[in-house]
Amino acid sequence: MKILVPVKRVIDYNVKVRVRQDGSGVETVNVKMSMNPFDEIAVEEAIRLQEAGRAEEIVAISIGAPQCQETIRTALAMGADRGILVETEQDLEPLGVSKVLRECVDRESPDLVIMGKQAIDDDCNQTAQILAGLLDWPQGAFASTLKFSDGRVDVTREIDGGLETLSLLLPAVISADLRLNEPRYVKLPNIMKAKKKPLDTIPIEELGIDVAPRVSTIKVEEPPARSGGIMVASVEELVDKLKNDAKVI
Amino acid sequence: MPVLVIAEHDNQALKPATLNTITAALAIDAEVAVLVAGYGCGGVSQSAAVIAGVDRVLLCDHESYLHPLAENLADLIAAIAGGYTHVLAPASTFGKNVLPRLGALLDVSPISDIVAVQSPDTFVRPIYAGNAMATVKTSDQKILVTARPTAFAAASAEGGAAAVEAVEPAAEPGDRVRFVGQELTRSERPELTSARVVIAGGRGLGSSENFKLIEELADKLGAAVGASRAAVDAGYVPNDYQVGQTGKVVAPELYIAVGISGAIQHLAGMKDSKVIVAINKDEDAPIFQVADYGLVGDLFDALPKLSAALD
Ligand SMILES: Cc1cc2nc3c(=O)[nH]c(=O)nc-3n(C[C@H](O)[C@H](O)[C@H](O)COP(=O)(O)OP(=O)(O)OC[C@H]3O[C@@H](n4cnc5c(N)ncnc54)[C@H](O)[C@@H]3O)c2cc1C
Repeated sequence: MKILVPVKRVIDYNVKVRVRQDGSGVETVNVKMSMNPFDEIAVEEAIRLQEAGRAEEIVAISIGAPQCQETIRTALAMGADRGILVETEQDLEPLGVSKVLRECVDRESPDLVIMGKQAIDDDCNQTAQILAGLLDWPQGAFASTLKFSDGRVDVTREIDGGLETLSLLLPAVISADLRLNEPRYVKLPNIMKAKKKPLDTIPIEELGIDVAPRVSTIKVEEPPARSGGIMVASVEELVDKLKNDAKVI
Repeated sequence: MPVLVIAEHDNQALKPATLNTITAALAIDAEVAVLVAGYGCGGVSQSAAVIAGVDRVLLCDHESYLHPLAENLADLIAAIAGGYTHVLAPASTFGKNVLPRLGALLDVSPISDIVAVQSPDTFVRPIYAGNAMATVKTSDQKILVTARPTAFAAASAEGGAAAVEAVEPAAEPGDRVRFVGQELTRSERPELTSARVVIAGGRGLGSSENFKLIEELADKLGAAVGASRAAVDAGYVPNDYQVGQTGKVVAPELYIAVGISGAIQHLAGMKDSKVIVAINKDEDAPIFQVADYGLVGDLFDALPKLSAALD
Protein backbone atom coordinates (compact mmCIF):
# COMPACT_ATOMS: atom_id res chain seq x y z
CA MET A 1 0.00 0.00 0.00
CA LYS A 2 1.17 3.50 -0.77
CA ILE A 3 0.03 6.29 1.55
CA LEU A 4 -0.15 10.01 0.92
CA VAL A 5 -0.13 12.23 4.01
CA PRO A 6 -0.85 15.94 3.58
CA VAL A 7 0.69 18.12 6.31
CA LYS A 8 -0.01 21.77 7.11
CA ARG A 9 2.23 24.35 8.73
CA VAL A 10 0.27 26.25 11.37
CA ILE A 11 0.87 28.46 14.39
CA ASP A 12 1.93 26.13 17.21
CA TYR A 13 -0.97 25.08 19.41
CA ASN A 14 0.73 26.46 22.52
CA VAL A 15 0.93 30.00 21.13
CA LYS A 16 -1.63 32.49 22.36
CA VAL A 17 -2.64 34.03 19.04
CA ARG A 18 -3.08 37.79 18.85
CA VAL A 19 -5.37 39.60 16.45
CA ARG A 20 -3.60 42.29 14.39
CA GLN A 21 -4.55 45.86 15.20
CA ASP A 22 -5.67 46.53 11.62
CA GLY A 23 -8.10 43.60 11.63
CA SER A 24 -6.39 41.91 8.69
CA GLY A 25 -5.69 38.65 10.49
CA VAL A 26 -3.64 37.30 13.38
CA GLU A 27 -0.01 38.09 14.18
CA THR A 28 2.34 35.62 12.48
CA VAL A 29 5.64 37.50 12.70
CA ASN A 30 8.10 35.84 15.12
CA VAL A 31 5.50 33.26 16.07
CA LYS A 32 6.40 29.60 16.53
CA MET A 33 5.11 27.44 13.70
CA SER A 34 4.61 23.66 13.80
CA MET A 35 2.93 20.83 12.00
CA ASN A 36 -0.84 20.84 12.60
CA PRO A 37 -1.28 18.41 15.53
CA PHE A 38 -3.92 16.34 13.73
CA ASP A 39 -1.56 15.91 10.77
CA GLU A 40 1.09 14.57 13.14
CA ILE A 41 -1.43 11.92 14.16
CA ALA A 42 -1.99 11.13 10.47
CA VAL A 43 1.76 10.80 9.82
CA GLU A 44 2.11 8.58 12.89
CA GLU A 45 -0.68 6.30 11.69
CA ALA A 46 0.94 5.93 8.27
CA ILE A 47 4.27 5.06 9.87
CA ARG A 48 2.66 2.47 12.12
CA LEU A 49 1.08 0.88 9.05
CA GLN A 50 4.49 0.76 7.42
CA GLU A 51 6.05 -0.74 10.55
CA ALA A 52 3.30 -3.35 10.57
CA GLY A 53 4.23 -4.28 7.00
CA ARG A 54 1.04 -2.85 5.49
CA ALA A 55 2.52 0.12 3.70
CA GLU A 56 5.48 0.29 1.35
CA GLU A 57 5.81 3.99 0.84
CA ILE A 58 4.70 7.14 2.65
CA VAL A 59 4.72 10.43 0.79
CA ALA A 60 4.30 13.62 2.84
CA ILE A 61 2.95 16.60 0.97
CA SER A 62 2.51 20.23 1.91
CA ILE A 63 1.15 23.19 0.01
CA GLY A 64 2.38 26.67 0.77
CA ALA A 65 5.42 28.88 1.21
CA PRO A 66 9.01 27.51 1.07
CA GLN A 67 9.02 27.30 4.90
CA CYS A 68 6.59 24.39 4.62
CA GLN A 69 9.67 22.32 3.79
CA GLU A 70 10.31 22.31 7.55
CA THR A 71 6.93 20.71 8.12
CA ILE A 72 7.67 18.09 5.48
CA ARG A 73 11.10 17.45 7.06
CA THR A 74 9.35 16.82 10.37
CA ALA A 75 7.19 14.20 8.67
CA LEU A 76 10.31 12.69 7.07
CA ALA A 77 12.05 12.64 10.46
CA MET A 78 9.05 10.84 11.94
CA GLY A 79 9.44 8.20 9.21
CA ALA A 80 7.84 9.28 5.93
CA ASP A 81 9.92 8.28 2.89
CA ARG A 82 9.69 11.25 0.62
CA GLY A 83 8.23 14.73 0.43
CA ILE A 84 6.52 17.00 -2.07
CA LEU A 85 6.10 20.73 -1.61
CA VAL A 86 3.61 22.42 -3.90
CA GLU A 87 4.92 25.93 -3.59
CA THR A 88 2.70 29.00 -3.44
CA GLU A 89 2.69 32.23 -1.45
CA GLN A 90 -1.08 32.43 -1.76
CA ASP A 91 -3.33 31.32 1.12
CA LEU A 92 -5.46 28.50 -0.24
CA GLU A 93 -8.82 27.55 1.15
CA PRO A 94 -9.73 23.88 1.69
CA LEU A 95 -11.32 23.61 -1.78
CA GLY A 96 -8.12 24.84 -3.45
CA VAL A 97 -5.95 22.60 -1.28
CA SER A 98 -8.15 19.63 -2.17
CA LYS A 99 -7.83 20.36 -5.89
CA VAL A 100 -4.04 20.42 -5.59
CA LEU A 101 -4.14 17.19 -3.58
CA ARG A 102 -6.36 15.55 -6.18
CA GLU A 103 -3.73 16.34 -8.80
CA CYS A 104 -1.05 14.84 -6.55
CA VAL A 105 -3.18 11.74 -6.06
CA ASP A 106 -3.50 11.43 -9.83
CA ARG A 107 0.28 11.60 -10.18
CA GLU A 108 1.17 9.37 -7.22
CA SER A 109 -1.71 6.84 -7.26
CA PRO A 110 -1.77 6.11 -3.52
CA ASP A 111 -4.13 3.51 -2.03
CA LEU A 112 -4.85 5.68 0.96
CA VAL A 113 -4.75 9.34 1.93
CA ILE A 114 -4.59 10.00 5.68
CA MET A 115 -4.79 13.57 6.91
CA GLY A 116 -5.75 15.57 10.00
CA LYS A 117 -9.47 16.14 10.54
CA GLN A 118 -9.03 19.86 11.11
CA ALA A 119 -6.31 22.49 10.93
CA ILE A 120 -6.09 24.40 14.20
CA ASP A 121 -5.68 27.75 12.44
CA ASP A 122 -8.80 28.11 10.28
CA ASP A 123 -10.65 25.27 12.10
CA CYS A 124 -12.45 24.41 8.85
CA ASN A 125 -12.59 20.61 9.11
CA GLN A 126 -13.21 20.23 5.36
CA THR A 127 -10.21 19.16 3.31
CA ALA A 128 -10.41 15.36 3.71
CA GLN A 129 -14.11 15.31 2.91
CA ILE A 130 -13.71 17.62 -0.12
CA LEU A 131 -10.80 15.58 -1.44
CA ALA A 132 -12.80 12.37 -1.08
CA GLY A 133 -15.66 14.01 -2.97
CA LEU A 134 -13.40 15.26 -5.78
CA LEU A 135 -11.85 11.81 -6.17
CA ASP A 136 -15.18 10.05 -5.74
CA TRP A 137 -13.54 7.89 -3.05
CA PRO A 138 -15.14 6.73 0.19
CA GLN A 139 -14.34 8.84 3.24
CA GLY A 140 -13.67 7.96 6.86
CA ALA A 141 -13.76 11.26 8.69
CA PHE A 142 -12.79 11.67 12.40
CA ALA A 143 -11.14 8.27 12.66
CA SER A 144 -10.14 6.80 16.00
CA THR A 145 -9.25 3.26 14.86
CA LEU A 146 -8.31 1.72 11.49
CA LYS A 147 -8.33 -1.99 10.66
CA PHE A 148 -7.26 -3.21 7.22
CA SER A 149 -8.24 -6.45 5.48
CA ASP A 150 -8.94 -7.63 1.93
CA GLY A 151 -8.69 -4.29 0.18
CA ARG A 152 -10.97 -2.61 2.68
CA VAL A 153 -10.51 -0.61 5.83
CA ASP A 154 -12.78 -0.58 8.86
CA VAL A 155 -12.82 2.95 10.23
CA THR A 156 -14.17 3.68 13.69
CA ARG A 157 -15.28 7.30 13.72
CA GLU A 158 -15.81 9.68 16.62
CA ILE A 159 -19.35 10.99 16.19
CA ASP A 160 -21.46 13.19 18.44
CA GLY A 161 -23.34 10.28 20.00
CA GLY A 162 -20.35 7.97 20.45
CA LEU A 163 -18.59 5.79 17.88
CA GLU A 164 -19.53 4.52 14.44
CA THR A 165 -17.72 1.94 12.34
CA LEU A 166 -17.76 1.93 8.53
CA SER A 167 -16.08 -0.46 6.12
CA LEU A 168 -14.59 1.40 3.15
CA LEU A 169 -13.33 -0.02 -0.11
CA LEU A 170 -9.80 1.20 -0.88
CA PRO A 171 -8.65 3.60 -2.17
CA ALA A 172 -10.13 5.92 0.46
CA VAL A 173 -9.52 9.16 2.32
CA ILE A 174 -9.24 9.04 6.12
CA SER A 175 -9.17 12.00 8.51
CA ALA A 176 -7.51 11.50 11.88
CA ASP A 177 -9.13 12.41 15.18
CA LEU A 178 -7.27 12.89 18.46
CA ARG A 179 -7.50 9.34 19.71
CA LEU A 180 -6.22 7.53 16.61
CA ASN A 181 -2.75 7.33 18.21
CA GLU A 182 -0.18 9.32 20.12
CA PRO A 183 2.51 10.63 17.77
CA ARG A 184 6.12 9.75 18.56
CA TYR A 185 8.80 12.23 19.45
CA VAL A 186 11.31 12.74 16.71
CA LYS A 187 14.83 11.57 17.63
CA LEU A 188 17.88 13.61 16.67
CA PRO A 189 19.50 10.99 14.40
CA ASN A 190 16.23 10.78 12.48
CA ILE A 191 16.26 14.53 11.96
CA MET A 192 19.71 14.14 10.40
CA LYS A 193 18.53 11.24 8.24
CA ALA A 194 15.48 13.20 7.14
CA LYS A 195 17.71 15.84 5.57
CA LYS A 196 18.87 13.26 3.04
CA LYS A 197 15.42 12.04 2.08
CA PRO A 198 14.08 13.30 -1.27
CA LEU A 199 11.90 16.42 -1.23
CA ASP A 200 10.60 17.68 -4.58
CA THR A 201 9.28 21.16 -5.06
CA ILE A 202 6.58 21.88 -7.63
CA PRO A 203 5.55 25.49 -8.29
CA ILE A 204 1.77 25.56 -8.07
CA GLU A 205 1.49 27.21 -11.51
CA GLU A 206 2.89 24.03 -13.07
CA LEU A 207 -0.24 22.16 -12.03
CA GLY A 208 -2.52 24.47 -13.99
CA ILE A 209 -5.27 24.35 -11.34
CA ASP A 210 -7.63 27.22 -10.58
CA VAL A 211 -7.13 27.84 -6.87
CA ALA A 212 -8.44 31.40 -6.78
CA PRO A 213 -10.15 31.95 -3.41
CA ARG A 214 -13.94 32.04 -3.30
CA VAL A 215 -14.16 33.30 0.24
CA SER A 216 -12.54 36.58 1.27
CA THR A 217 -11.89 37.66 4.83
CA ILE A 218 -13.35 41.09 5.45
CA LYS A 219 -12.04 41.49 8.95
CA VAL A 220 -10.69 39.59 11.92
CA GLU A 221 -11.55 40.73 15.43
CA GLU A 222 -11.02 39.75 19.04
CA PRO A 223 -13.87 37.67 20.39
CA PRO A 224 -16.13 39.46 22.88
CA ALA A 225 -14.43 39.45 26.29
CA ARG A 226 -16.15 37.95 29.31
CA SER A 227 -16.76 40.36 32.14
CA GLY A 228 -14.65 39.65 35.20
CA GLY A 229 -15.80 37.15 37.78
CA ILE A 230 -15.31 36.81 41.50
CA MET A 231 -13.66 34.26 43.76
CA VAL A 232 -15.80 32.62 46.40
CA ALA A 233 -14.40 31.37 49.70
CA SER A 234 -16.59 28.33 50.27
CA VAL A 235 -19.09 25.94 48.74
CA GLU A 236 -21.82 27.63 50.80
CA GLU A 237 -21.00 31.01 49.27
CA LEU A 238 -20.93 29.47 45.79
CA VAL A 239 -24.37 27.93 46.21
CA ASP A 240 -25.72 31.21 47.58
CA LYS A 241 -24.38 33.16 44.56
CA LEU A 242 -25.73 30.65 42.06
CA LYS A 243 -29.15 30.70 43.71
CA ASN A 244 -29.56 34.35 44.55
CA ASP A 245 -27.31 36.38 42.22
CA ALA A 246 -26.99 34.36 39.04
CA LYS A 247 -30.31 32.56 39.62
CA VAL A 248 -29.20 29.52 37.62
CA ILE A 249 -29.96 26.80 40.16
CA MET B 1 -35.01 30.81 -4.43
CA PRO B 2 -35.35 29.23 -0.99
CA VAL B 3 -32.70 27.97 1.41
CA LEU B 4 -32.32 24.24 2.04
CA VAL B 5 -31.60 22.86 5.51
CA ILE B 6 -30.40 19.28 5.87
CA ALA B 7 -32.18 17.72 8.83
CA GLU B 8 -30.13 15.69 11.29
CA HIS B 9 -32.10 12.81 12.77
CA ASP B 10 -31.93 9.11 13.63
CA ASN B 11 -35.03 8.06 11.64
CA GLN B 12 -37.03 8.38 14.87
CA ALA B 13 -36.65 11.99 15.88
CA LEU B 14 -35.08 15.22 14.70
CA LYS B 15 -31.88 16.22 16.48
CA PRO B 16 -32.34 19.56 18.23
CA ALA B 17 -29.45 21.08 16.24
CA THR B 18 -31.75 21.04 13.20
CA LEU B 19 -33.93 23.67 14.90
CA ASN B 20 -30.96 25.97 15.47
CA THR B 21 -29.88 25.54 11.87
CA ILE B 22 -33.36 26.53 10.70
CA THR B 23 -33.00 29.78 12.64
CA ALA B 24 -29.70 30.44 10.85
CA ALA B 25 -31.43 29.71 7.54
CA LEU B 26 -34.25 32.13 8.35
CA ALA B 27 -31.63 34.83 8.94
CA ILE B 28 -30.60 34.33 5.31
CA ASP B 29 -34.00 34.06 3.63
CA ALA B 30 -37.63 33.87 4.69
CA GLU B 31 -38.24 30.82 2.54
CA VAL B 32 -36.81 27.65 4.05
CA ALA B 33 -37.11 24.03 2.93
CA VAL B 34 -35.93 21.05 4.97
CA LEU B 35 -34.59 17.78 3.55
CA VAL B 36 -35.28 14.68 5.61
CA ALA B 37 -33.32 11.80 4.10
CA GLY B 38 -33.43 8.49 5.91
CA TYR B 39 -35.24 5.18 6.03
CA GLY B 40 -38.53 4.78 7.81
CA CYS B 41 -38.30 8.44 8.68
CA GLY B 42 -41.83 9.56 7.76
CA GLY B 43 -42.46 10.61 11.36
CA VAL B 44 -39.40 12.83 11.27
CA SER B 45 -40.71 14.57 8.16
CA GLN B 46 -43.98 15.23 10.00
CA SER B 47 -42.08 16.86 12.87
CA ALA B 48 -40.10 18.93 10.39
CA ALA B 49 -43.30 20.08 8.69
CA VAL B 50 -44.65 21.74 11.84
CA ILE B 51 -41.48 23.67 12.70
CA ALA B 52 -42.26 27.38 12.62
CA GLY B 53 -40.82 29.04 9.52
CA VAL B 54 -40.47 25.92 7.38
CA ASP B 55 -42.24 26.19 4.01
CA ARG B 56 -41.55 22.83 2.51
CA VAL B 57 -40.27 19.44 3.58
CA LEU B 58 -38.55 17.12 1.13
CA LEU B 59 -38.70 13.50 2.20
CA CYS B 60 -36.34 10.92 0.75
CA ASP B 61 -37.26 7.67 2.45
CA HIS B 62 -35.02 4.91 1.10
CA GLU B 63 -32.76 2.25 2.52
CA SER B 64 -29.63 3.89 1.10
CA TYR B 65 -30.17 6.56 3.73
CA LEU B 66 -30.75 4.29 6.73
CA HIS B 67 -27.39 5.52 8.04
CA PRO B 68 -26.23 9.06 7.35
CA LEU B 69 -23.33 8.13 5.05
CA ALA B 70 -21.66 11.18 3.54
CA GLU B 71 -21.21 9.52 0.15
CA ASN B 72 -24.91 8.80 -0.30
CA LEU B 73 -26.19 12.02 1.20
CA ALA B 74 -23.86 14.27 -0.76
CA ASP B 75 -24.98 12.63 -4.02
CA LEU B 76 -28.62 13.11 -3.09
CA ILE B 77 -28.25 16.73 -2.01
CA ALA B 78 -26.20 17.56 -5.11
CA ALA B 79 -29.06 16.26 -7.24
CA ILE B 80 -31.60 18.61 -5.67
CA ALA B 81 -29.41 21.60 -4.72
CA GLY B 82 -30.12 23.34 -8.02
CA GLY B 83 -33.33 24.83 -6.69
CA TYR B 84 -31.75 26.54 -3.68
CA THR B 85 -29.44 29.48 -3.05
CA HIS B 86 -27.94 28.00 0.12
CA VAL B 87 -27.58 24.60 1.72
CA LEU B 88 -27.18 24.58 5.50
CA ALA B 89 -26.42 21.82 7.96
CA PRO B 90 -25.64 21.85 11.67
CA ALA B 91 -21.94 22.11 12.56
CA SER B 92 -22.16 18.68 14.21
CA THR B 93 -20.16 15.60 13.24
CA PHE B 94 -23.06 14.87 10.86
CA GLY B 95 -22.97 18.22 9.06
CA LYS B 96 -19.18 18.46 9.07
CA ASN B 97 -18.97 15.06 7.44
CA VAL B 98 -21.49 15.66 4.67
CA LEU B 99 -21.32 19.31 3.66
CA PRO B 100 -17.69 19.55 2.52
CA ARG B 101 -18.18 16.49 0.32
CA LEU B 102 -21.15 18.25 -1.22
CA GLY B 103 -18.85 21.23 -1.80
CA ALA B 104 -16.62 19.02 -3.92
CA LEU B 105 -19.56 17.85 -6.03
CA LEU B 106 -20.87 21.39 -6.58
CA ASP B 107 -17.47 23.10 -6.83
CA VAL B 108 -18.30 25.34 -3.90
CA SER B 109 -16.04 26.42 -1.05
CA PRO B 110 -18.02 25.62 2.11
CA ILE B 111 -18.10 27.91 5.13
CA SER B 112 -17.76 26.06 8.42
CA ASP B 113 -19.24 26.71 11.83
CA ILE B 114 -20.81 30.14 11.38
CA VAL B 115 -21.99 31.98 14.49
CA ALA B 116 -23.73 34.91 12.78
CA VAL B 117 -25.31 35.82 9.44
CA GLN B 118 -24.46 39.37 8.35
CA SER B 119 -26.01 39.12 4.92
CA PRO B 120 -26.83 36.23 2.60
CA ASP B 121 -23.18 35.98 1.51
CA THR B 122 -21.37 37.27 4.62
CA PHE B 123 -20.91 35.33 7.83
CA VAL B 124 -18.98 35.43 11.09
CA ARG B 125 -17.02 32.38 12.20
CA PRO B 126 -14.48 31.62 14.91
CA ILE B 127 -10.90 30.77 13.93
CA TYR B 128 -7.89 29.76 16.05
CA ALA B 129 -9.99 27.98 18.66
CA GLY B 130 -12.23 31.01 19.00
CA ASN B 131 -9.35 33.36 19.79
CA ALA B 132 -10.37 35.41 16.77
CA MET B 133 -13.61 35.99 14.91
CA ALA B 134 -13.46 36.27 11.12
CA THR B 135 -16.06 37.98 8.98
CA VAL B 136 -16.01 36.23 5.62
CA LYS B 137 -17.76 36.91 2.33
CA THR B 138 -18.18 34.31 -0.36
CA SER B 139 -18.38 34.83 -4.10
CA ASP B 140 -19.78 31.36 -4.78
CA GLN B 141 -23.12 31.28 -6.60
CA LYS B 142 -24.39 28.53 -4.36
CA ILE B 143 -23.49 28.85 -0.71
CA LEU B 144 -22.80 25.96 1.65
CA VAL B 145 -22.72 26.63 5.37
CA THR B 146 -22.55 24.69 8.61
CA ALA B 147 -24.05 26.61 11.53
CA ARG B 148 -22.88 26.34 15.14
CA PRO B 149 -26.03 25.27 17.01
CA THR B 150 -25.25 27.17 20.22
CA ALA B 151 -25.00 30.45 18.29
CA PHE B 152 -28.60 30.37 17.01
CA ALA B 153 -31.76 30.03 19.08
CA ALA B 154 -33.87 26.95 18.37
CA ALA B 155 -36.75 27.53 15.96
CA SER B 156 -40.10 26.74 17.54
CA ALA B 157 -40.89 23.05 16.98
CA GLU B 158 -44.56 23.89 16.48
CA GLY B 159 -46.64 26.36 14.59
CA GLY B 160 -45.71 25.53 11.02
CA ALA B 161 -47.75 23.70 8.41
CA ALA B 162 -45.44 22.80 5.55
CA ALA B 163 -46.30 20.36 2.81
CA VAL B 164 -44.21 17.18 2.64
CA GLU B 165 -43.15 16.06 -0.82
CA ALA B 166 -41.26 12.94 -1.75
CA VAL B 167 -37.96 13.16 -3.62
CA GLU B 168 -36.32 10.37 -5.58
CA PRO B 169 -33.21 8.74 -4.15
CA ALA B 170 -29.96 9.36 -6.02
CA ALA B 171 -28.26 6.42 -7.73
CA GLU B 172 -27.29 3.65 -5.33
CA PRO B 173 -23.67 3.70 -4.26
CA GLY B 174 -23.10 -0.05 -4.10
CA ASP B 175 -20.63 -1.71 -1.81
CA ARG B 176 -17.96 0.96 -1.45
CA VAL B 177 -19.13 1.98 1.98
CA ARG B 178 -20.71 -0.46 4.40
CA PHE B 179 -22.13 0.46 7.74
CA VAL B 180 -20.65 -1.94 10.32
CA GLY B 181 -21.97 -0.72 13.64
CA GLN B 182 -22.45 1.95 16.22
CA GLU B 183 -21.63 2.26 19.87
CA LEU B 184 -23.75 5.07 21.14
CA THR B 185 -23.30 6.36 24.65
CA ARG B 186 -26.54 5.78 26.52
CA SER B 187 -27.53 8.25 29.12
CA GLU B 188 -30.66 9.36 30.88
CA ARG B 189 -29.17 12.82 31.24
CA PRO B 190 -29.85 15.70 28.87
CA GLU B 191 -27.89 15.92 25.66
CA LEU B 192 -24.61 17.78 26.17
CA THR B 193 -24.95 20.46 23.50
CA SER B 194 -28.50 21.47 24.39
CA ALA B 195 -28.46 21.00 28.20
CA ARG B 196 -29.33 23.95 30.45
CA VAL B 197 -26.59 22.95 32.89
CA VAL B 198 -23.32 21.17 32.10
CA ILE B 199 -20.90 19.88 34.67
CA ALA B 200 -17.52 18.90 33.27
CA GLY B 201 -14.58 17.09 34.78
CA GLY B 202 -10.92 17.10 33.86
CA ARG B 203 -7.72 15.26 34.61
CA GLY B 204 -8.08 16.41 38.20
CA LEU B 205 -10.76 13.75 38.72
CA GLY B 206 -8.04 11.12 38.51
CA SER B 207 -10.18 8.11 37.52
CA SER B 208 -13.45 7.04 35.97
CA GLU B 209 -14.50 5.88 39.42
CA ASN B 210 -14.16 9.43 40.71
CA PHE B 211 -16.27 10.75 37.84
CA LYS B 212 -19.22 9.41 39.86
CA LEU B 213 -18.86 12.54 41.98
CA ILE B 214 -19.56 14.58 38.86
CA GLU B 215 -22.44 12.33 37.82
CA GLU B 216 -24.06 12.52 41.23
CA LEU B 217 -23.99 16.29 41.11
CA ALA B 218 -25.25 16.27 37.51
CA ASP B 219 -28.26 14.21 38.51
CA LYS B 220 -29.14 16.66 41.26
CA LEU B 221 -28.95 19.58 38.86
CA GLY B 222 -30.53 17.82 35.88
CA ALA B 223 -27.25 18.51 34.11
CA ALA B 224 -25.34 16.91 31.25
CA VAL B 225 -21.81 15.63 31.90
CA GLY B 226 -18.86 16.90 29.87
CA ALA B 227 -15.11 16.46 30.06
CA SER B 228 -11.76 17.83 28.97
CA ARG B 229 -9.68 16.03 26.39
CA ALA B 230 -7.29 14.86 29.10
CA ALA B 231 -10.15 13.13 30.92
CA VAL B 232 -11.31 11.45 27.71
CA ASP B 233 -7.80 10.42 26.66
CA ALA B 234 -7.26 8.90 30.10
CA GLY B 235 -10.39 6.81 29.55
CA TYR B 236 -12.39 8.29 32.44
CA VAL B 237 -15.36 8.96 30.14
CA PRO B 238 -16.36 8.25 26.49
CA ASN B 239 -15.07 10.40 23.62
CA ASP B 240 -18.39 12.11 23.01
CA TYR B 241 -18.11 13.88 26.38
CA GLN B 242 -15.24 16.04 25.11
CA VAL B 243 -15.89 19.76 25.14
CA GLY B 244 -13.58 22.03 23.16
CA GLN B 245 -12.09 23.23 19.91
CA THR B 246 -12.14 19.75 18.48
CA GLY B 247 -14.94 18.28 20.55
CA LYS B 248 -18.37 19.68 21.31
CA VAL B 249 -19.25 23.33 21.65
CA VAL B 250 -21.66 24.06 24.47
CA ALA B 251 -23.22 27.27 25.77
CA PRO B 252 -25.46 26.32 28.70
CA GLU B 253 -26.86 28.68 31.29
CA LEU B 254 -24.48 27.16 33.81
CA TYR B 255 -21.15 25.42 33.16
CA ILE B 256 -19.27 23.98 36.10
CA ALA B 257 -15.64 23.06 35.32
CA VAL B 258 -14.09 20.77 37.90
CA GLY B 259 -10.39 19.87 37.89
CA ILE B 260 -9.96 21.42 34.44
CA SER B 261 -7.02 23.78 33.91
CA GLY B 262 -8.62 25.82 31.13
CA ALA B 263 -6.41 25.28 28.07
CA ILE B 264 -7.49 27.43 25.10
CA GLN B 265 -8.64 24.29 23.31
CA HIS B 266 -11.05 23.60 26.15
CA LEU B 267 -12.19 27.23 26.52
CA ALA B 268 -13.07 27.23 22.81
CA GLY B 269 -15.90 24.83 23.58
CA MET B 270 -17.46 26.48 26.62
CA LYS B 271 -16.59 30.15 26.97
CA ASP B 272 -19.93 31.29 25.58
CA SER B 273 -21.73 29.70 28.53
CA LYS B 274 -23.83 32.21 30.43
CA VAL B 275 -22.46 31.51 33.91
CA ILE B 276 -19.17 29.67 34.41
CA VAL B 277 -18.08 28.13 37.70
CA ALA B 278 -14.55 26.79 38.15
CA ILE B 279 -13.37 24.53 40.94
CA ASN B 280 -9.62 23.97 40.92
CA LYS B 281 -6.95 23.60 43.56
CA ASP B 282 -4.51 25.76 41.61
CA GLU B 283 -5.38 29.42 42.04
CA ASP B 284 -3.38 30.29 38.91
CA ALA B 285 -5.32 27.91 36.64
CA PRO B 286 -6.36 29.80 33.47
CA ILE B 287 -9.93 28.55 33.86
CA PHE B 288 -10.41 31.21 36.56
CA GLN B 289 -9.91 33.93 33.94
CA VAL B 290 -13.20 33.02 32.28
CA ALA B 291 -15.06 32.01 35.45
CA ASP B 292 -17.85 34.10 36.93
CA TYR B 293 -17.43 32.23 40.21
CA GLY B 294 -14.14 30.62 41.11
CA LEU B 295 -13.53 28.32 44.06
CA VAL B 296 -9.94 27.42 44.90
CA GLY B 297 -9.91 24.08 46.62
CA ASP B 298 -9.71 20.33 46.45
CA LEU B 299 -12.51 18.95 44.30
CA PHE B 300 -12.76 15.86 46.48
CA ASP B 301 -13.72 18.14 49.30
CA ALA B 302 -15.89 20.55 47.31
CA LEU B 303 -17.98 18.13 45.23
CA PRO B 304 -19.53 16.17 48.13
CA LYS B 305 -20.28 19.46 49.91
CA LEU B 306 -21.87 20.85 46.79
CA SER B 307 -24.01 17.74 46.35
CA ALA B 308 -25.08 17.92 49.99
CA ALA B 309 -25.95 21.61 49.68
CA LEU B 310 -28.33 20.81 46.83
CA ASP B 311 -30.34 18.21 48.72
C1 LIG C 1 -5.01 19.66 18.50
C2 LIG C 1 -5.50 19.72 19.91
C3 LIG C 1 -6.85 19.72 20.13
C4 LIG C 1 -7.34 19.76 21.42
N1 LIG C 1 -8.69 19.77 21.60
C5 LIG C 1 -9.17 19.82 22.88
C6 LIG C 1 -10.58 19.86 23.13
O1 LIG C 1 -11.41 19.85 22.20
N2 LIG C 1 -11.00 19.90 24.42
C7 LIG C 1 -10.12 19.91 25.49
O2 LIG C 1 -10.57 19.93 26.66
N3 LIG C 1 -8.81 19.88 25.28
C8 LIG C 1 -8.31 19.82 24.00
N4 LIG C 1 -6.95 19.75 23.82
C9 LIG C 1 -6.08 19.54 25.01
C10 LIG C 1 -5.76 20.79 25.81
O3 LIG C 1 -4.65 21.43 25.24
C11 LIG C 1 -5.42 20.38 27.26
O4 LIG C 1 -4.34 19.49 27.26
C12 LIG C 1 -6.58 19.74 28.02
O5 LIG C 1 -7.74 20.54 27.89
C13 LIG C 1 -6.22 19.60 29.48
O6 LIG C 1 -7.24 18.92 30.19
P1 LIG C 1 -7.39 19.15 31.76
O7 LIG C 1 -7.64 20.58 32.03
O8 LIG C 1 -8.38 18.16 32.26
O9 LIG C 1 -5.97 18.66 32.33
P2 LIG C 1 -4.81 19.50 32.98
O10 LIG C 1 -4.37 20.61 32.12
O11 LIG C 1 -3.81 18.49 33.42
O12 LIG C 1 -5.49 20.15 34.25
C14 LIG C 1 -5.93 19.44 35.37
C15 LIG C 1 -6.38 20.48 36.38
O13 LIG C 1 -6.94 19.83 37.49
C16 LIG C 1 -6.54 20.52 38.66
N5 LIG C 1 -6.61 19.55 39.75
C17 LIG C 1 -5.90 18.39 39.91
N6 LIG C 1 -6.28 17.75 41.03
C18 LIG C 1 -7.25 18.50 41.61
C19 LIG C 1 -8.02 18.38 42.80
N7 LIG C 1 -7.88 17.33 43.62
N8 LIG C 1 -8.92 19.35 43.09
C20 LIG C 1 -9.07 20.43 42.27
N9 LIG C 1 -8.37 20.59 41.13
C21 LIG C 1 -7.47 19.64 40.81
C22 LIG C 1 -5.15 20.99 38.38
O14 LIG C 1 -4.82 22.10 39.21
C23 LIG C 1 -5.23 21.35 36.90
O15 LIG C 1 -5.57 22.71 36.73
C24 LIG C 1 -6.45 19.77 22.52
C25 LIG C 1 -5.08 19.78 22.29
C26 LIG C 1 -4.59 19.77 21.01
C27 LIG C 1 -3.12 19.78 20.79
